[in-house]
Amino acid sequence: MARFTLTIVTAESQVFSEEADSLVAPGIEGQLGILPNHAPLMTQLQPGEMTVRVGNDEVVMAVAGGFMEVLNNRVTILADTAELDTEIDLERAEAALERARQRVESRPADIDFARASQAFRRAQIRVTVARRRGRRRSPVMPSDSTPGATA
Amino acid sequence: MPSTRELRRRIRSVGNTAKITRAMQMIAASKMRRAQEAVVEGRPYSEHINSVLSHLAALERGSDDTSVPLLEARDVKTTGIVLVAPDRGLAGGLVSNLTRVVERAIGELDSPVTVVAVGRKGRDFTLRTGNDLKAVFQDMGDNPSIEDTRAISNIIIEEFESAGVDQVLLAYSRFVNTAIQTPVIDTLIPVTPAELSGDEAVGFIYEPSPIEVLGQLLPRYIEMEIYHAILEAIASEHSARMVAMKNATDAANDLIDDLTLQLNKARQEAITSEMLDIVGGVEALG
Repeated sequence: MARFTLTIVTAESQVFSEEADSLVAPGIEGQLGILPNHAPLMTQLQPGEMTVRVGNDEVVMAVAGGFMEVLNNRVTILADTAELDTEIDLERAEAALERARQRVESRPADIDFARASQAFRRAQIRVTVARRRGRRRSPVMPSDSTPGATA
Repeated sequence: MPSTRELRRRIRSVGNTAKITRAMQMIAASKMRRAQEAVVEGRPYSEHINSVLSHLAALERGSDDTSVPLLEARDVKTTGIVLVAPDRGLAGGLVSNLTRVVERAIGELDSPVTVVAVGRKGRDFTLRTGNDLKAVFQDMGDNPSIEDTRAISNIIIEEFESAGVDQVLLAYSRFVNTAIQTPVIDTLIPVTPAELSGDEAVGFIYEPSPIEVLGQLLPRYIEMEIYHAILEAIASEHSARMVAMKNATDAANDLIDDLTLQLNKARQEAITSEMLDIVGGVEALG
């Protein structure tokens, strides 16, 4: 079956680069699914959850916004930040969420408020993604998955 | 001829200096390795954002009804310079090489200059040359994240959009290799995306719209450029310091060798003259 090459990079490092079967990403105008042979697309991403399917494995990530380009079965994601669910420390993420909540509730001035609520949203997503990890059935850790291993 | 006691004291003192410079050399070496890795890891993002930007800019050029300020070349009345220099000295000729190039560039500009300095040495240079200093960022550490650099790009984009400056240059030391760091000055704003070869221009679907995507992407691009410059500057700083400290350690060790030779000579002379004294004394008695 056809696959596409998925590359996820942040300014600090390359997070993911593998052949993938499908991708669900948080586009600015709603969740969008990418399958092989997708039409050329350039979209902004909003903070959200991203799911990559490679064979029977699923990789879940929290992204804090960015851009996605789809061209000739190559998908490139320029993420502001991207973390695998397995990399997120749930306790620390929850603590960060609590701090973000307090900051939003303290009602700072306009610009700070916008920034604080954005930070709150990002923290929320990280916690959601990290919590869900515990409930997923896949016995295989995503980081161990190699393309073709299950094909 | 200095006394043996004086010589011993100097050998000890030079030895202490050598210990310090040797430690600094080793610290710089390990920091340099990390900084180089950071430069390499940031490269994929920078390549991808460049290609995405080229696609978008080609499109923007095609339609003439909309214009994006950050791409627009204006008459230059004021120039902004983002000067990325180290916080600390003891890095050989690194800082003076950079400031020499910047000073020359400022001299060639017809317009007044506003500097945003990153690093204490950049601030010192700006104040010393009497240029307008808009903001200073210091103590970025050896491992800055892109979040840390966001404030820098925000200031400079705001200045450009409010017409406080009409172009922005980015000056830093590019890391070529351990022995060579080249001072470079690039134009940061207006952004000039690379031209596309004809067949690459395909019809993309844009969400929300090409102009909006471009408007969001350009600040990211500028952030990334500044971030990258800072990483290069950090790698340059540590490699320059490593080389400078190696030279200092070698010079100190040479000096110790010379002094030890002098000390031994002085000691032998002292022994000889003492023996002559004793022999002279014995003869006088006999």
